[in-house]
Amino acid sequence: MRFTKKDILGLEYLTPEEITLIIETARTQKDLLSRPIKKVPILRGKSVCTLFYENSTRTRTSFELAAKMLSADTSSVSVSGSSINKGESFKDTLLTLESMGIDLFIIRHEASGSSHYASQIVKSHVVNAGDGLHAHPTQGLLDMLTIYENKGKFEGLNVCVVGDISHSRVARSNVWGLAKMGAHVRVCGPSTLIPPDFDKLPCEVYTDLDKALEGADAVNVLRIQKERMDRGFFPTIGEYVKLYGITSERLKGCKDDVIVLHPGPINRGVEIDADVAYNHSVILDQVTNGVAVRMAILYLLLGGGNAEII
Amino acid sequence: MIKQVMDDNEIRRALTRVAHEIIERSKGADNLVVIGIRSRGVPPAQRLAALIGEIEGVKVPFGTLDISFYRDDYSIRGAAPVGASDIPVDITDKHVILVDEVLYTGRTIRAALDALMDMGRPSVISLAVLIDRGHRELPIRADYVGKNLPTSRSESVKVSWKELGGEDAVTIVSE
Amino acid sequence: MRKLFKNGHIIDPASSTDRVCDIVIEDGKVAEIGENLSGDEVIDCSGYVIAPGLVDMHVHMREPGQENKETIATAAQAALAGGVTTILGMPNTVPAADNASVVTFILSQGAKTPVNVLTTGAATKSNAGKEMAEIGLMFEAGITAVSDDAFPVQNSDLMRRVMEYTKMFDLPILLHCEDKDLTMGTVMNEGAVSTHLGLAASPKAAEEIAVRRNIALCELTGCRTHIQHVSCAGSVEAVRLAKSKGIPVTAETCPQYFSLTEKELETYNPAAKVNPPLRTDEDVEAVKAGLKDGTLDVIATDHAPHAAEDKDVEIMYAAFGMTGLETSLALSITSLVKTGFMTLPELIALMTAAPAKVLGIDKGTLAPGADGDMVVFDPDEEWTVDVTKFRSKGKNTVLDGRKLTGKVKMTVVGGDVYKF
Repeated sequence: MRFTKKDILGLEYLTPEEITLIIETARTQKDLLSRPIKKVPILRGKSVCTLFYENSTRTRTSFELAAKMLSADTSSVSVSGSSINKGESFKDTLLTLESMGIDLFIIRHEASGSSHYASQIVKSHVVNAGDGLHAHPTQGLLDMLTIYENKGKFEGLNVCVVGDISHSRVARSNVWGLAKMGAHVRVCGPSTLIPPDFDKLPCEVYTDLDKALEGADAVNVLRIQKERMDRGFFPTIGEYVKLYGITSERLKGCKDDVIVLHPGPINRGVEIDADVAYNHSVILDQVTNGVAVRMAILYLLLGGGNAEII
Repeated sequence: MIKQVMDDNEIRRALTRVAHEIIERSKGADNLVVIGIRSRGVPPAQRLAALIGEIEGVKVPFGTLDISFYRDDYSIRGAAPVGASDIPVDITDKHVILVDEVLYTGRTIRAALDALMDMGRPSVISLAVLIDRGHRELPIRADYVGKNLPTSRSESVKVSWKELGGEDAVTIVSE
Repeated sequence: MRKLFKNGHIIDPASSTDRVCDIVIEDGKVAEIGENLSGDEVIDCSGYVIAPGLVDMHVHMREPGQENKETIATAAQAALAGGVTTILGMPNTVPAADNASVVTFILSQGAKTPVNVLTTGAATKSNAGKEMAEIGLMFEAGITAVSDDAFPVQNSDLMRRVMEYTKMFDLPILLHCEDKDLTMGTVMNEGAVSTHLGLAASPKAAEEIAVRRNIALCELTGCRTHIQHVSCAGSVEAVRLAKSKGIPVTAETCPQYFSLTEKELETYNPAAKVNPPLRTDEDVEAVKAGLKDGTLDVIATDHAPHAAEDKDVEIMYAAFGMTGLETSLALSITSLVKTGFMTLPELIALMTAAPAKVLGIDKGTLAPGADGDMVVFDPDEEWTVDVTKFRSKGKNTVLDGRKLTGKVKMTVVGGDVYKF
């Protein structure tokens, strides 16, 4: 098979074969992270730019490390403030950077669809590092790699995503990616934080956490933001913790070998109990896998679409 | 046109001879690590490690080396599928016998040498190949050769291995 | 001088004319319709339909203030190209058309163009929704209607006063129906598509609530109330119920709302960002049914031209609106007539006599003595929309590159002929 995509905009646009290729490539690349010399020359002379309109030290660092381990040159552009009225337009910024020889853009932006838009403007590759509420494909892939490493398969797994589904591109990317690979995805949260018609995506929607957790193989706990409370999506943090906080006690309804994921950063004692976060989760594996998945994507995209899978 | 140039017996004899030569020149097998270049250098490497071990009565460490990240044709040919390198011992201060099936331009060996250097600092690296078909593009030569096979560039040399689902054989395919 | 348009298929719903014959325009007025007429200048219309010039009661001409998007002159040229001979401007200009001097300016600029340019006056000062505008003085300056388009009045008490006051001048009030609390920051219709795309979305209820409120205020005040750009099934239903109760409400929709759905946004195409948003298949069907059974009286365009820099940005930041003047007839024929949903005379009535009646203007008919405003078109010709050929400054439409049926050949205003 050939990896012919120019861009990674969302997991809904990838085939199961492409997802498998990315995950397999990431798995084999991962051992680089534990070598004394964490660098290989393959992307020497390739220029990669992280263009971030939102702060995310974690995602940016992960991408930059991935690029550097593959010997790509990285540059990072942060644009603070999202107002369209100040500064250079997104389009002009992209065209300017492309003229400086950027081969691949890694874009984080508050507006859904901004990576689609960017991919229409530049000939360079575009990797979506989070666009509004739409997608965060590399997060979805690193979650999937983590699940795969623990379970050895996707087919038939029950994966439960808990929390603020409405405002979560991570939830959407999990749903698309896992469903494509044959897992059953459940999302669970207060009804005010589940967008209309979410059940038309390939998943089941729950508001009762205990029902959603029943028989789960993996639980992905999303960060809950206090601002949501202020906008009236739920009454108090206390009520949220009581109804949707993940504790060891609540995990008893899951499979015995359930794993707990969290995209970070964690609100300890809010959406996830400290004991679960530190003793029963795979959160740090996710972070490692994030670098591996991003290496795989850079390698496959910059290879110009000629990869053959044996 | 397909012409068979080695059968299973000839391959076995060539590898056995190479094993003896390695032991002779290395004065034993104590410090050896045999590493096959993925994926087609793995069967001859595995066999050489076994043969050397048998002859010397020791267990010779054997590993595989993936060179996808060290290739020089990435910008031209694009991303190739990546395999994992699996080398069970620290190669620093070891004598590495690097193994591939066919030595041709030398570019694969160049990539493999770089990959090995990033993993440690061997005291010696030697190169063993089943076939040397000539046409080098880099200043690289093999220390141990199963068979020298003069070819033209328009021909291709195919080696099939039992381990990879074929019969042991070497053939030359020409237009 | 008698201009003779020969052998055209004359369709004038207002006078129940639907036959192939000749029509003569003299001194800017329709002189005669009949067989074998004679004239000084003969224009062959064989194979073409001749209808009254289209009346578009919902146009953003952008002048004064946003001449980079459109001017009254370019809007007029776009209208001609689309077979539209009368356009009614919306009051969200900069400054707002909320006083007599801006109204006078717009009408004087309009008088320099080849088409009939009318304007609305803003319902509230600066379209701010806080204080009533000088409706009486604007009436004296010549507004055709009052409107809160683009800036829907949220305060129901103020809306009531505006409607009571407007009624005094026997003007219609044209209302943009939107509950802003439910639409703040949104880009598109709420549903499965917005959920997938992760775009902030507004529910249909935001439109329906406002439609129902305005109908209730219409019933309370008796002001001639016209619901603008109906886009969803619930609004159609609300208008239908109101009409059945004899409430003096009328309503319009636009070609995009019976031709396009929210699926246009699946590629995050900023051109598909309009307000109210494109809805679902079910809404398209409901809007069509509303046109067919008379619930919706009028097809208008909500022609909303924008400069490239307003649209060629992330969809979240893109301006709302789509151009319409140059595609409305063809898109309507394509969606409604070619599909067999309605007849050509039915469609023409919705774009000519009906808006003229809502506005109370002497337009939209070819009865002898009427103004010589006509559109001559080939109802069967297929053509491909090419925005680079638009006369409008606004190139913002999702229709670029699409094939439509029905091509305008000539537009006649007051007897002056413009050929395309």
